[in-house]
Amino acid sequence: MLRPRDEADVAELIAASTCALEPVAGGSKRGIGRPVEAERLDLSALSGIVDYEPAELVLTARAATPLEALRQALGAHSQRLAFEPPDFTRLLAGAGEPTIGGVLAANHSGPRRITAGAARDHFLGFRAVSGRGERFKAGGRVVKNVTGYDLPKLLAGSWGTLAVLTEVTVRVHPAPEHERTLLLTGLAPAAAVRAMTDALGSACEVSAAAFLPGRGVGLRLEGFVPSVRARAAALLALLGEPDGEWLLGEDSRRFWSAVGAVEPLTAHPIVWRLSVPPGDATGVLERLAPEDYLLDWGGGLIWIGASEADAQRVRGALRGGHATLVKAPREVRAATAVFQPPSGPLAAVTARLKAAFDPSGRLNPGRLS
Amino acid sequence: MVSLPEPDPAILARRPQIVRALRAIVPPECLIEDALQLAAYETDALTAYRQKPLAVALPQTVEQVSDLLRFAHREGLSIVARGAGTSLSGGAVPAADAIVIGLAKLSRILAIDYENRCVVAQCGVTNLAISHAVAARGFFYAPDPSSQVACTIGGNVAENSGGVHCLKYGLTTHNLLGVQLVLPDGEIVRLGGRHLDSGHYDLLGIVTGSEGLLGIVTEVTVRILSRPPSARALLVGFATTEGAGACVAAIIAAGIVPAGLEMMDAPAIHAAEAFVHVGYPLEAEALLIVELDGPAAEVDYLLGRVSELAREHGASSCKASASETERLAFWAGRKSAFPAVGRLSPDYYCMDGTIPRRELPRVLRAIAQMSERYGLRVANVFHAGDGNLHPLILYDANQPGELERAEAFGADILRLCVDVGGVLTGEHGVGIEKRDLMPYQFTAVDLEVQRRVKAVFDPAARFNPGKVFPSLHRCAEEGRMHVHSEAHRSAGAAERPAGAPGRGEGAGRFADLPRF
Repeated sequence: MLRPRDEADVAELIAASTCALEPVAGGSKRGIGRPVEAERLDLSALSGIVDYEPAELVLTARAATPLEALRQALGAHSQRLAFEPPDFTRLLAGAGEPTIGGVLAANHSGPRRITAGAARDHFLGFRAVSGRGERFKAGGRVVKNVTGYDLPKLLAGSWGTLAVLTEVTVRVHPAPEHERTLLLTGLAPAAAVRAMTDALGSACEVSAAAFLPGRGVGLRLEGFVPSVRARAAALLALLGEPDGEWLLGEDSRRFWSAVGAVEPLTAHPIVWRLSVPPGDATGVLERLAPEDYLLDWGGGLIWIGASEADAQRVRGALRGGHATLVKAPREVRAATAVFQPPSGPLAAVTARLKAAFDPSGRLNPGRLS
Repeated sequence: MVSLPEPDPAILARRPQIVRALRAIVPPECLIEDALQLAAYETDALTAYRQKPLAVALPQTVEQVSDLLRFAHREGLSIVARGAGTSLSGGAVPAADAIVIGLAKLSRILAIDYENRCVVAQCGVTNLAISHAVAARGFFYAPDPSSQVACTIGGNVAENSGGVHCLKYGLTTHNLLGVQLVLPDGEIVRLGGRHLDSGHYDLLGIVTGSEGLLGIVTEVTVRILSRPPSARALLVGFATTEGAGACVAAIIAAGIVPAGLEMMDAPAIHAAEAFVHVGYPLEAEALLIVELDGPAAEVDYLLGRVSELAREHGASSCKASASETERLAFWAGRKSAFPAVGRLSPDYYCMDGTIPRRELPRVLRAIAQMSERYGLRVANVFHAGDGNLHPLILYDANQPGELERAEAFGADILRLCVDVGGVLTGEHGVGIEKRDLMPYQFTAVDLEVQRRVKAVFDPAARFNPGKVFPSLHRCAEEGRMHVHSEAHRSAGAAERPAGAPGRGEGAGRFADLPRF
């Protein structure tokens, strides 16, 4: 195991390395992706908030800063990461602590993704070391920036296969004064998707919409008290539910952190994550007839719990979108395309991108294949 | 002046054969080759830079785009994609040996999908046409660049366009779900779709804002939103820009995200008021326009909160719009700020840097000092919510040396933006204009990494040549192919252009377009 103290060490170690490296910060997501045969590059020393000025709504931190440290710093100023990073620690039965660099490298976003954007949309800039051992930066520390290619978008979701993030700048948001969640029970899947579509297509500014079979549809409202009150009344009128059941405060927060963490499916050995056009949700469920599932993002995100991976069948059920095998035993992941394989000319573009950043294939080789 | 790419004489000599081949790909009425008609394509909204291309093709289908690119790939020809030509950074200025592909004929909306809350449109559809198409059902497309009546959605993707409402609703990249893209070798691919995020590398994210350097976007899928039930605006005057800046910080700190949050300084206030007469406070040194949208209950509540914050920060005047007419009147001055300033001076040059908000007072003071040093007046309009500054430098291109002074002044402002922790361009793009300043913000390695991304898509660097990357850098990288022409290029071979940068809207192109 290699333990760089800072970015200069990271660059030196990568440049000098003769074998493949697996960049690891907290290690909480090591169980996702094709297993990698590589020496561990332990980034945990690259931790700590570098700059945070609440009035600017941006925060810069070293990549291995634990998310929890960020949450505490932001919470002290009633701010938060609006993309609601989910915690998969229980789902993956993993150890280790999620870090800001890890969340960005995985582009993991929670229930608020449909309205507030994904991790990638809040990722303003970074410093990193490429697979060539070069130290470079991209993006910036301001929200509005079109100077050069938007490389933060490319590194978001690249799982450490292009470069090792060393320092990241993210956009942060004021936490809302109030939140509450309308719970609609007794709905079949098609009716649940319809209710979520109606709510999200309205001016009620629903910030999250999920369906948990057996529990019901949750629709979250957030904001200033007078606004939430007005929108709650409008939402009830829209859905024809004069007496909805409301989860308030902590109950609402617990509901959504459970959705983000995929808690209802933690017992399953196999868990798929499908991003689909929300209007396809019902069709995909009919074609797959899964053992267990939940819907987030108004139906656009389908989590499936199963006992067999069966990638061909899962991907064959999609009419658009992509499927990722988030949880599976190591031997299954070694034999399955964990991430949606790019097709046609895009496979070649993808391979050339990898080679542009990491020509000798040092960083996480094969993890995304 | 930044130099335009020097053409390859061998390609110029082959022009007749090239035109004949293009005629076999697009119908005769879709090919422009005579000098008079080519003049319409020689520049965009950065009119200082003019160059007629080899020819202009106006494909009617994505297959024609693909055939054109296959041909160009085979023949080693450069390509400049063009939407409506409203770029303020010279993004659509041709090269002499390039084929311009004008995309205006790909102008159909292909699908309106309320179930998935998106619209699928060809690249030549105008930004505003998308909102119009879904307005009857109460939806809109959020990014609203000031040129939205004219600019195309494909151009918006190329430039990652914003608008006054992007503080709350985001830039193009945050509202784009998918594209159909024709790669430089003519292959047609799809990135994204009606779903969210990518299952592998986020190629959609890298193509957005790539300024026509990676391929041609022929179709987009964009997210539409339900229109907020109400909107009101506040007009707040301050005796100092510091006071206005502190008020902006307080609004943000209170957790309020206004739909729009604009600032103007005294010269801009006076120019706008003289132009539109909407009652801007002429005694104020700084003016804020704060727009709030949402349910009426929320808007009224926040209007009260913002008014309180304005008072606490020493506002000299504060007025809330009482009607839709009044709200639009408040905006009329801001939206006409560019042409209004254009009346004060034969020419003006619009800059576009972004800074951390806290640096605003310091940056405005420094700009005032530079204004004295260069002997050129300046008016400032500012997307205060997200730190995007638009200083307008007033000059007269007919006075010898003033254009050069204006450009030097502008470059000093952008370097200052970088010095205080900001960036060279917030929304207008690098294009030709800021290309040679890139090394001020980025190291050689930073730029080399970006150039490698370019090469992944376009290894021969045929797409939008002379844009984004500084020529010295290109020279070093591509020396094996273009040693002589690059040497010419960096030797300053560009012709002296007619007109001047960002010429006053009254006199220049798109005089009828609001700009903010």
